Amino acid sequence: MSSARQRLVARAAREIAPGMVVNLGIGLPTKVVDHLAADFPVCLHTENGLSGIGPTLPPEAADRNLIDAGGAYVSTVPGSAFFDSAVSFALVRSGRLDLTMLGAFEVAQNGDLANWKIPGKFSPGAGGGIELAQKARRVVVLSTHTDRTGNPKLKAACALPVTARGCVARVVTDMAVIDITPGGFLLRELSEGVSLAEVREATGAQLALPEGDIPTF
Amino acid sequence: MRLPDKTCSIEDAIARIPDGATVMVGGFGVPGTPFTLIRELVRQGQRNLTIIKNDANETGMGIDHLLANGQVARLITTHIGLNARAIEMLNTGHLAVEFNAQGILAERIRAGGAGLKAIVTDIGLDTELAHGKARIEIGGQPALVEPALRADVALLHAHRADVFGNLDYVATARNFNPLMAMAADMVIAEAEAVMPLGDLAADEVHTPGPFVDHVVGLAQLSEEYAVVQR
Repeated sequence: MSSARQRLVARAAREIAPGMVVNLGIGLPTKVVDHLAADFPVCLHTENGLSGIGPTLPPEAADRNLIDAGGAYVSTVPGSAFFDSAVSFALVRSGRLDLTMLGAFEVAQNGDLANWKIPGKFSPGAGGGIELAQKARRVVVLSTHTDRTGNPKLKAACALPVTARGCVARVVTDMAVIDITPGGFLLRELSEGVSLAEVREATGAQLALPEGDIPTF
Repeated sequence: MRLPDKTCSIEDAIARIPDGATVMVGGFGVPGTPFTLIRELVRQGQRNLTIIKNDANETGMGIDHLLANGQVARLITTHIGLNARAIEMLNTGHLAVEFNAQGILAERIRAGGAGLKAIVTDIGLDTELAHGKARIEIGGQPALVEPALRADVALLHAHRADVFGNLDYVATARNFNPLMAMAADMVIAEAEAVMPLGDLAADEVHTPGPFVDHVVGLAQLSEEYAVVQR
């Protein structure tokens, strides 16, 4: 992983407050757990029926019946619980999930998220992503600031099919931390060595600035 | 009084599934997938099936064998991203796929199992997922009507069963299995161990026996149940 992505993931880990119930999506969000101290008080949830995810295990140490929703072999911690898929999503939809971190194809300035379908190219189904995006109490997107060809992922409006409307609170990228506010994108922090002009250039919509200094991460 | 014995040969159990049946299949990835029952369904070759399953397994595993064998007309699911064949069949029009939000699929099945006609939810409002669904107002707020799901047959994988069909599951192999157990007219459970009556304590039962019609013991577990080497 590049140092900019490492910094992104380390910064994202600071979004997790002690005591939270958190669901980490597949991809970059899963890496966040590497930046939490072993005794950090948090309950990690996975859609396929586990609260209290423990460390990921290599194949030789894995339990064939114990995976996360991304198919990685995981473990339990003291206090873990297993449950069926209805209970798992009752937890999500009833507001018991404090935070989810998700990947994105596009985030709109009103908080719309597109992360499940590229018509004609990629349409595997959204799995549990729609309910996570729509019902977690706070949705933080972890993503590169631009796509592979350099196009902005933060846009005035989503062009792709939307996963959920107005759901994203914050975006943590390899360039910046940006909040979604009633007035659109608001810059909160810059990644070390990245300039304001570069972030503006890489963002596909208006970017408001906070009062005072802009911290770096 | 004595509870009846529902143990059954796998051949006889699967032979009760007709062509054109709607079949729920437990499992989320490998855990909880009834690979042995699926293999027998492939061997017997019933066709024109509608499969209801969280995912399409991975290429070369589980219900992928049903897809490869041309037995599936329609798949009701949440995510098929790990099965390139399923995506290819969808893209080329060889498989009808209905995508659901994962927890909504679970609730539609649970509703079917509870004798309800539909659930009402705000999940998927104002997205592509809402297309073609009835939209109503509840307490002044918009919501979608999602019909309950039932099946002709459910195929389950249990950790242990007693001969009456009381079941338990382990770890993340539980997933959709206990929900599907309630939502089909005929429920066939494979189990890694089949115990005499009384050996599964009443408080340990996840699926009560009255929901289960046939119990198939697994003498051994095929490689498909093992840890996937990636």
